[in-house]
Amino acid sequence: MGRKILLEHDNVPGIQGYDVYRKNGGYASVEKAIKMTPEAIVEEVKKSGLRGRGGAGFPTGMKWSFLAKPEGVARYLVCNADESEPGTFKDRYLMSRIPHLLIEGMITSSLALGVKTAYIYIRGEFFYIVRILEKAINEAYANGWLGKNILGSGVDLDLYVHVGAGAYICGEETALLESLEGKRGNPRIKPPFPAIAGLYGCPTVVNNVETIAAVVPVINMGGEEYAKIGIGKSAGTKLISASGHINKPGVYEIEMGITVEDFIYSDEYCGGMLNGGKLKAVVAGGSSVPILPADKILSTANGEKRLMSYEGLADGGFATGTMLGSGGFIVMDETASVVQNLHTFARFYHHESCGQCSPCREGTGWMEKILHKILDGHGTLADVDLLWEIQGKIEGNTICPLGDAAAWPVASAIRHFRSEFEAYVNNPGVLKEVNHYNNVYNLVKTH
Amino acid sequence: MPIVTIDGRTIEVADGTTILQAARLIGPEVAPPAMCFYTKLKTSGGYCRTCLVEVTKGSEKDPRPMPKLVASCRTTVMDGMEVGNLKSEKVVAARKSVVEFLLLNHPLDCPICDQAGECYLQDLSYDHGSAKTRTDFERRTFDKIDIGPYIQLHMTRCILCYRCVKVADQITDHRVHGVMNRGDQSEISTYIEKAVDNDFSGNVIDVCPVGALTDKTFRFKSRVWFTKPIKAHRNCNKCCGKVNLWYKGDEVLRVTGLKDQWGEVEEFICNTCRFDTKKTSDWTIEGPSQISRTSVISANHYEVFVKPTEFTLNNVTPLQIEGENNS
Ligand SMILES: Cc1cc2nc3c(=O)[nH]c(=O)nc-3n(C[C@H](O)[C@H](O)[C@H](O)COP(=O)(O)O)c2cc1C
Ligand code: SF4
Ligand code: FES
Repeated sequence: MGRKILLEHDNVPGIQGYDVYRKNGGYASVEKAIKMTPEAIVEEVKKSGLRGRGGAGFPTGMKWSFLAKPEGVARYLVCNADESEPGTFKDRYLMSRIPHLLIEGMITSSLALGVKTAYIYIRGEFFYIVRILEKAINEAYANGWLGKNILGSGVDLDLYVHVGAGAYICGEETALLESLEGKRGNPRIKPPFPAIAGLYGCPTVVNNVETIAAVVPVINMGGEEYAKIGIGKSAGTKLISASGHINKPGVYEIEMGITVEDFIYSDEYCGGMLNGGKLKAVVAGGSSVPILPADKILSTANGEKRLMSYEGLADGGFATGTMLGSGGFIVMDETASVVQNLHTFARFYHHESCGQCSPCREGTGWMEKILHKILDGHGTLADVDLLWEIQGKIEGNTICPLGDAAAWPVASAIRHFRSEFEAYVNNPGVLKEVNHYNNVYNLVKTH
Repeated sequence: MPIVTIDGRTIEVADGTTILQAARLIGPEVAPPAMCFYTKLKTSGGYCRTCLVEVTKGSEKDPRPMPKLVASCRTTVMDGMEVGNLKSEKVVAARKSVVEFLLLNHPLDCPICDQAGECYLQDLSYDHGSAKTRTDFERRTFDKIDIGPYIQLHMTRCILCYRCVKVADQITDHRVHGVMNRGDQSEISTYIEKAVDNDFSGNVIDVCPVGALTDKTFRFKSRVWFTKPIKAHRNCNKCCGKVNLWYKGDEVLRVTGLKDQWGEVEEFICNTCRFDTKKTSDWTIEGPSQISRTSVISANHYEVFVKPTEFTLNNVTPLQIEGENNS
């Protein structure tokens, strides 16, 4: 069995409630951290090698040390619980199953950052989790972990849950801050970065739910111990949301460094392909990351087995590799259509673009329309080339990474599955009939 | 003070100067086009991406190039920075695509648009765009909304530069309009079709780079190139009272603020001066305003004039407008 840290007590009955959580070692990291200096806590997180679990993988300790600390100015910690990336559903799992882990992480992290007010910005559709979190927060207040003078230390901390209105873009950290301030959720133009001027213009740290939860084991076991888990610069465990044509979709905690093959085929994780189907492609890190065909996701360009880690999945760059992203692992067998899947993604990005900058506002819709045209049987080979060109003109030219996130799936699908696009163009009638929906229908029938 | 080189031309500028401002100080031949930045509006810029440039050397201290093209209007210069504008192939290609994106859903209704002839999107397309369109999809439309007796909104022409929103936020007393909806459905609107009405609201017309916000009192009266701008002033207790009166014959068809070389107004004017003071006797006339020689307004008629691209930029001395503000 692989090592579990975040989900260690996942199956303990009643772990949602304070008493059981506390009995299973909950809030120990706060007890430990409150006796440490803030600098020492940050140092442990640095040593742990913990990296952001929200998508970009930025070293958390380093992010924390960038936080400006001007005299007399408030600082904020904001937890990004907006999880809306298609394919990613780990944060909601964690928050609904073990809410106190996030709250404990928020307290410990706030101690490290000298924060007196912290927020959990949660996606609007997660209203049922809001209730779970609020109940847990109330329990934490009632037991003296939040509020004035925590554990008699003289430190105050207030924690609020703020509910978004259901917009993917509000997961981008500066759009999140705008939304939290009560404004339209448009990403800000950077610099300044949140570490200097974030919420209400004050220094702010924004971290993903899983990142903040992982601070708990980091402090409990010490940074050095944590760094030993995982592989190389991919320290620790990672929650992977597995979905698609596999036998056991769900959220899995893996120790980074296991092979992709193991993850897909072992009974401990995905349990192999659904109905013994043949692996066609994987989107390994949520809808934004490049899709890879079976051979490239299972092994690197050097012929080594590809590993589930930041470096492992990125090996080979975009030519043959992809990204760990937020850990949304979407598996497709041969009944899936890459082009149709891409159209779904393109529609999503078109719908979610905030519309501030021209390449993303106009380009995302344009790509969706062209894909629709191809699926409809009216596409030409020139359309495929045009798609390729449009994505290249969006990537890197936008205000926030949503533009890149919209471009990469298109680029990778064309890079690795060009023949499938050509098949749609060359056989408009045939492929329209043998479509994805029939395949899905057949699957459902036999399952 | 930082020294920056743009397309091989070097200048020393004050700390905190942006690449765009530095380029404008060097001259129009190296200044990137800017469709959303507006010097007088705080936090403007960054949206349209027409001003993207390539930073080939970050600074003397850290010479690494920047990995992506940057918006020159929102990037401050560092000492020793080297920037490619028209001399960078990447920039030229990116700008061409930005123009394509901006025109993708634009109605191209120039023949019936009051802005034609002084439209920055026309100029931009002419200078940096392509003569062909690569889309045959239906273009985006919006429900028409009436924003009052003075200002005409054509949302289909809007490029979402946010300038008018910033004017409403920063110049007028109470902001009554903003951006509604998201993505390519975003639109400039007032809440529940309220009229945009306060003393300085007319300035949204001057800052709008395209024909999305035009002067209703001038609507369909004349093509701009048949009118002549005359500089004038009056004693106004609300604003500076310095304007351009746009004459056709003896009649003042339109009043606008005075604009500098970069198309930005020198000072914002009030609605009384703009909409309600259209008699010559209301004004002290100063004389004809200078208009860039490359503008169709200078031609004033349909006879042959030299196409702007046939000038090589180097041998045109940009016309300096009195009281010009480069900062
Ligand atoms: C369009 C977009 C959506 C994002 N959505 C999320 C999200 O739902 N949750 C999240 O944690 N990070 C999201 N991010 C990444 C955040 O901007 C930010 O990098 C992250 O919250 C930082 O936390 P970390 O360092 O702990 O990963 C998104 C980024 C973009 C560009
Ligand atoms: S890239 Fe898209 S989502 Fe991001 S700021 Fe630009 S328009 Fe908005
Ligand atoms: S002028 Fe710089 S992005 Fe629009």
